This record gives sequence, structure tokens and C-alpha cells, in this order.
Amino acid sequence: MGRLGRITRRSFLVTSVAVAGGVALGVWQAKRELPNPLALDEGEAALNPWVVITSDGYTIVTPRAEMGQGVHTTLAALVAEELEVPWEEIRTIHGPAARAYFNGALLRAAVPWPGYEITGWKEWLADATFVLPKMLGLQVTGGSTSMLDGFDKMRLAGAAARETLKTAAARRWGLEREDVRAENGKVIAPDGRAIPYFDLAVQAADIDPPSDLVLKPRSEWRYLGHAMPRVDMVPKITGRATFGIDVRLPGMKFATVRRNPRLGGRMRDHDPAPALAMPGVEKVIALDDGVVVVADNTWLAMQAARAIPIEWEDSPHPPTTSAQIARLEAAFDAEPDSVMRDDGDAVAAIARAPTEKVIEAEYRVPWLAHATMEPMNATALLEEDVLTIWAPNQAPTLIRAKAAALAGVPEDRVEVHTTYLGGGFGRRAETDFALIAVEAAKALPGVPVQVTWSREEDMTHDFYRPAAMARMKGVVNEDGIAAFYGRVSAPALGRQAGRRLSGIASPGPDRMIVEGMFDQPYGIPDYRVEGYAADLDIPVGFWRSVGNSCNGFFHESFIDELALAAGRDPMELRIELVRRVHEPSARVLEAVAEMSGWGGPKESGVGRGVAFTHSFGTPVAQVIEVGRSGEGIRLLRAWIACDPGIALDPLNVEAQMISGMVYGLSAAIFGEIGFEDGAVIQSNFPDYEALRLPQMPTVEVRILESGRPLGGIGEPGTPPSMPALANAVFDLTGQRIRTLPLGKALSFA
Amino acid sequence: MAYEIRVNGRRHAVDLPGDMPLLWVLRDALGLTGTKYGCGVAACGACTVHVDGEAVRSCQLPLVEAAGHEIVTIEGIGSPEALSLLQEAWLAHQVAQCGYCQPGQIMQAAALLAANPDPSDAEIDAAMAGNLCRCGTYPRIRAAIRSAAGLMKEKG
Ligand code: FES
Ligand code: FES
Repeated sequence: MGRLGRITRRSFLVTSVAVAGGVALGVWQAKRELPNPLALDEGEAALNPWVVITSDGYTIVTPRAEMGQGVHTTLAALVAEELEVPWEEIRTIHGPAARAYFNGALLRAAVPWPGYEITGWKEWLADATFVLPKMLGLQVTGGSTSMLDGFDKMRLAGAAARETLKTAAARRWGLEREDVRAENGKVIAPDGRAIPYFDLAVQAADIDPPSDLVLKPRSEWRYLGHAMPRVDMVPKITGRATFGIDVRLPGMKFATVRRNPRLGGRMRDHDPAPALAMPGVEKVIALDDGVVVVADNTWLAMQAARAIPIEWEDSPHPPTTSAQIARLEAAFDAEPDSVMRDDGDAVAAIARAPTEKVIEAEYRVPWLAHATMEPMNATALLEEDVLTIWAPNQAPTLIRAKAAALAGVPEDRVEVHTTYLGGGFGRRAETDFALIAVEAAKALPGVPVQVTWSREEDMTHDFYRPAAMARMKGVVNEDGIAAFYGRVSAPALGRQAGRRLSGIASPGPDRMIVEGMFDQPYGIPDYRVEGYAADLDIPVGFWRSVGNSCNGFFHESFIDELALAAGRDPMELRIELVRRVHEPSARVLEAVAEMSGWGGPKESGVGRGVAFTHSFGTPVAQVIEVGRSGEGIRLLRAWIACDPGIALDPLNVEAQMISGMVYGLSAAIFGEIGFEDGAVIQSNFPDYEALRLPQMPTVEVRILESGRPLGGIGEPGTPPSMPALANAVFDLTGQRIRTLPLGKALSFA
Repeated sequence: MAYEIRVNGRRHAVDLPGDMPLLWVLRDALGLTGTKYGCGVAACGACTVHVDGEAVRSCQLPLVEAAGHEIVTIEGIGSPEALSLLQEAWLAHQVAQCGYCQPGQIMQAAALLAANPDPSDAEIDAAMAGNLCRCGTYPRIRAAIRSAAGLMKEKG
């Protein structure tokens, strides 16, 4: 069960200590402190919900899920920097589901303006969005917001803990707090006497942190701004890290789920007998839309699930990919859901432009699965009225609320333990996998049940990246782009997910249909972007970079088309147009041009493409170089320049930029989920391929730092990768591919 | 029927069906959870272990065929206290992100280096092609394998 188990096991007793993070959040009046969820063993002291001091080191309780993005390491570095403790003595654990761990920055991205424009009164209003997650206790890892939320909060948690430790030591010595200093896990008196933190922790926990906390200036940072060894590296390379699928509990049973392949359809009838006849199969639990089979091991459960004859109902959705695309097309005939950019008058500009100066194009992207490396799973145990859940998840408080309702127990009797996540990419911001485990736990009270999905079940029951299409028009002149008019049709992900996760159908236009299209810092005089909500309720979800993953491709492919039609260099023109609006964005383009030697001599038989997207507060520009080989087009080299404001851990920023790009390239070349008879066609990696090591280009990353506000790093690397590749393919072959995946039109080595 | 298998130098008697894949024997019966399930169809490499020193997809190896062979899993090639040389290289290059594919990657790379201590880039590519990483840690995997090979050369 590990440390968190020990810390939270007995109850959600509220300790009396102050919540230092409250200090960070003085933007609004509702500065009510939230209870500290940690209950401790004898001899442990929690100085606030983020810092626990024990005799053998410091445990940073991290409010966000570690799914590969390195968040535990950087959140720990934020605390450690101010706490003044040695890095080697730091450990991290996932915090329990608790309101204190709300993500204040989560809804910041929901404001209806482009990220680069959030200054002045808009910044004040965006900050006001911090209130809602606090009130709702929204503990969610997503939207590339962990650092925006945690940058001050975690440093203040460390500083507050440090100051209370200093106060405790000063009192012992009959000195003032100002007389002593903190260093390397000790408080030191002017005469050189020292007391280790651990010996002060219990007293310190009773001391209110001062309100005059001063954070270190950047020039004094020792951990932040430097590449820190990841806290999760050793367990992950020795097979000791516990992912959700690795949870092992005494008496635990292994289960799997099999649901109607026709999405959204129910189960009409089933016969559990053949499964129950298999030795070692314990139980078949009927759900509305399928079965959970409980057995002695996962393999047996999977075999047994397949052996059950089941009659499925039809899917309520259009049953084929082409019928779904027809709905995307039909949406254009209705009123737009949004017009989130309308500079000048693009419609009039197009109407009065000579036809040879008007460029039109239509683009399409398919549904995509997340395909996290670790398939969906969760473990649950229901004992009387206490429900315990172990799950690799991005949203523990949502799981807690829904699980409580499903099991019929009060929310304060539900514990959610977050394990390591074998990839999240947005899939694990959902709650379905946890609720299915709760169904199993309800059927077997007192028995822990782990429900592991087969890869096939995982891929065919995802919350997919929406399929989308764009109808683009533009006007070119000798200077470049005079008008840009983009229309995007997609299912309304924001509304669907809002309804599903919070029960609230958010009113107003759905930003996710057009993000990555309406909010790009291009200075184009006549510039209009319309979103159309398609009448399609296929389960859709947050897929790394969300709407930007579609619109980055549409926008940046079309910018390329317009630039070339105007006879301009696509890089130069981008720099020119972007510079009119947002200097840091122009600089990342310049950086990537310099890194790649753009415009210089190019080897023959090589194509290059550039693309740029500003998403999650971070502008990213990429250049991708491709060549030909006997087996098809080969990715040769790639260059990435980004500006997250401050590089809190440069090596991790580099890793995330590359990771985001690879995720996008996999989609650009291979990714496609299609439907037949209401069911998803692709079911496993052989038909849903991803980039593999031999295909990986060499990559160089440069990080620019224009200062605050902080941008995200987990997602912004994804959107520009797809258009950069499509643009490179055009440069190489002269073929403009407007429908992803590219692998359908061309072969890739 | 009971089978006897040797894993990481230890003998285990397991009373499980002969057609049960070694992957699930390791994970669900022996509690060796370092070996991961990713696809079950030999397409991802997450389940890679060594059988008599060779990299094998344990999701494809029935228990009956595993019996009698020397099996090594990620738990057997190093520990947090005593990393193998290859794991040291993985640590130095900070390879892992989510980490889920990494046991398979490391087992695959270890088998490569055991058979070919000085692999070319093309040989690294070929050996690692079956191991997916959805986090895209490929550049650091390449770098770690190269530096481990270098270290092995130094040590002779
Ligand atoms: S689980 Fe064996 S190769 Fe994927
Ligand atoms: S590190 Fe996440 S799949 Fe490889």
C-alpha cells in the first residue's frame, strides 16, 4: 500500500496545521483554508498538505498525477528550493483525493481569448477562474496547467514550512526567527549551533506560517532552472514502480471487462454459463452494456469474457465513418456555434478579391484513440461503507464523487489512491475505468478486485479525439496573406465532456472546436474563424492538446498553402505576420529557422516543412525534414523551439517537447479510428500503429524564456508536428495531403 | 498440472494451465509485476523477458514452453540499490517518462548488448523496433544504449 496508505489510511482526520498554499491564492476574497487531508503516524509531522517530514527524509505530497510528464520532480523541486533540503532526501507521493489539492489553473484555458492575449484586465479575469476549481475541489491533472497552478503554491508551501521550522528553532534558542537561517535540512543559529528539521517538525506544525513569505529570486535558485534527476527514474527502470495494473492486495481477484463493441449500445442478453464453467472463474457481473468477469488471474478472466455469448443492441450513433463524416459536413449548413475571431471583414475581402487570388481548401482529420501504453484498469474494495480505489488517474476528486454515488456511500468514506500512470494523454481524466472497478467491488464486498481491460477493449472503448473537418478560404497578395477565413466542424467536445464529468452542460460557444485556429498570434487584417458543432455524440475526450491537435494541422497547413500561393517563403512570412502580434512567438520561429539552417542550401531529395502553434501558453515552432528511401518517405531530422516562459527543468522541457512531437507524428502518419456497424474497427497496435525507434528522426530542442506567465510543456509539442510533417511532404513530393493520416496517401519507411 | 519454472534464479512450482502465457504467470501468480502487459499480441514489447538469455515476448510464451528454461525479468537484472550497467546508462540519460514500456525496452536492449556489445546504429534500430514507447523516449533510449556499449567496452 506504500506510504500514502499509511498516511491516509486511518481517516481523513483534519490536523490543525495551516494550509500554506492559501497564501498564494490571495487573488480573491474567498481565502478560506481547506482541510489538510493527511493523517499521520506517530513521529511524522505534516507542515501543510504538501510537506511531510520524517526521520528519513522529506515527502512531498504532489497534487498532480505523474504520467510521464515529470510533474513530480518539478513540483518537488519547487518545494525543495524554498524548503532548503538536500535533493537526495526528497521523495514524492501522489496526494489523496482532497479538495486542498485543487488545480487552480485548470479553467484558465476556458476563457474566450487567445492565450497570448491574457494581460491586463483579462489576466485579472483569468485569475478569477481560479476560484471555481477551488470551490469545486477540482483536483485534475490536465490542460498543461500543473506549473501555472503550482509555481507559486508549491514554492510558498516550501517557504511556509521553512519559516515555521525557523520559528520553532528560534524559540528553543530564545532567538528571533530573523536571527536564524535554514540550510540543507537544518536550522542554524548565528553561533553555528544547528537543529535538524526533523527534531523541530512537531513543534513547527503548530506554528502559523508568517504572512510575509519572500520567495527566492531566480538568481538564487539551485534546483529550479536546472536539470534535476527525476524522482521516479530508479523505480521505473528497475520494474519497481507501481502502476495501476501492478497493485497487489491480499486476497485480490483479477477481472476484465467486455462491453458492447457498438459504442453506446446496451447488452440485450448474455449467458454466463460457459465462463462460469471454467475452473478459476469466480463471477460474471452484468453491466448495462456488458460484463465484468472475475477470476483467479487476468488471463483467465479475458478468456472467460470471450467465451460468453452476448447479444448486443445497436449503437445510437451513425454506424459508419462515412455516415459520421456526413454529419460533420451537414454541420456547416447550420448557424455557427462560435465566431471567436473576427478581425476586419474576411468575408467581404474574399468576395471582392479577384478569383485567382482566392485560395480554398478542405481538410479532414479522423477520430483518434489515446492508446496509453498501460491499458485502462483500476482496483476497488468495498468494505461495509468504506470504498477504496486504486487507479492510475488524472482526476481523483471526480472519481471520488462518482464512485461514492455509484456505491451508495458518503464521499468522505471513499479513498482514492493514485498510482503511477502508464501514460495519460487525457484518457485518464475520465472516470469510467474506476467506476467499472467499483461495479465489481459492489458485487464482491470485502474482496479487492482489479479490473484490467484488454488492449482491444481499451482501444474500442475510448473517449476519442474528435474527427473534424475544416473549410478554409484565403486571399493572397504580393505581400503575403490578406485574408484568412477558417470554418471548423467537429463534435462539441467541451459540452459533451462537461456534461459527463461535472453534470453541467457549459453554456455558450464550444471553445474546443476552434482552439488552435482562432487563437493564433498572426497579424492578418481580415481574419475570421467560425466553429460548427456537429450533431455527433460519439464519446469524445481530451487527447493530448485537445482541439489544437486538429486545428494546428488545419491552420498551419493552410498558412503554408497561402504563403506558397503568394510566392513567399513559409518561414519568413510566418515570422513577419506573427511579429505583428506577439514577439516571443516570432522569436521561436526565428530560433527554429536558425537551428535548421532554413533558407540555406538543402541537400537534394530532401523536403522541409515548418509549423507553429501557440497552445497552453507556450509558442512552439517545429521544422521537420524528410527524405526518400526504398521503403517510402523517411523522417530525417527535426528541430523544435519553444518558449514556456521559464524552463523550470530544461531537460524535462526537452523530453516533453520531443514526446509531444512523437505523439503527433504517430497520429499524422498512422493514427485513424474508423467505424463499421457502430463499432470501432481498429483494436490493437497492429492496426493502430505508432512511431517506432527506427523511424525516429534526430531532434534538437531550443528553449527560450520570455518570463511569466508560465506556459505548459506536456501538450504544446503535439499540434505543430502534424502540419510540419505535411508541409515537409509537400516540399518533397509536391503532393498536398489534406486528410490525415498521411500514411493512407503515401508510404512511410 | 504443476510446472516448475526458474525465474531470476529462483525455482517456482506453479499449478496453472500449460497454455497460460508466461506474462500472466509472472504478474498474477508470482507477483513479478515489472513485466508489463501492453498488447498481448507481440506488437509492443512491454512484456519482454529473457529466456536463456534471449529477448522473448512473454505474452506469447506458454507456461509449458517456459518450464525448464532460465527466465530473467526486469527484477532480476538489477535493483535500485545495485543497478546494472545498462540501467546506470538509463539513469544517466534520464530515459523514462511514464515508464510503462521501460522494463521491456531495457530487457530488449540488454539482450542486444549481450549478443552484440558494440552495435551499429542500424543494429540498435533493428533490435529495438518491436518495442513501442508512446511517450516517445526513443532518442534517449538510443543514447543510453550507445553509452552502455561504450562503458562495456571500457570495462572490457
Ligand atoms: S504485451 Fe507482449 S508484445 Fe505487447
Ligand atoms: S515511457 Fe511511457 S510508454 Fe515509454
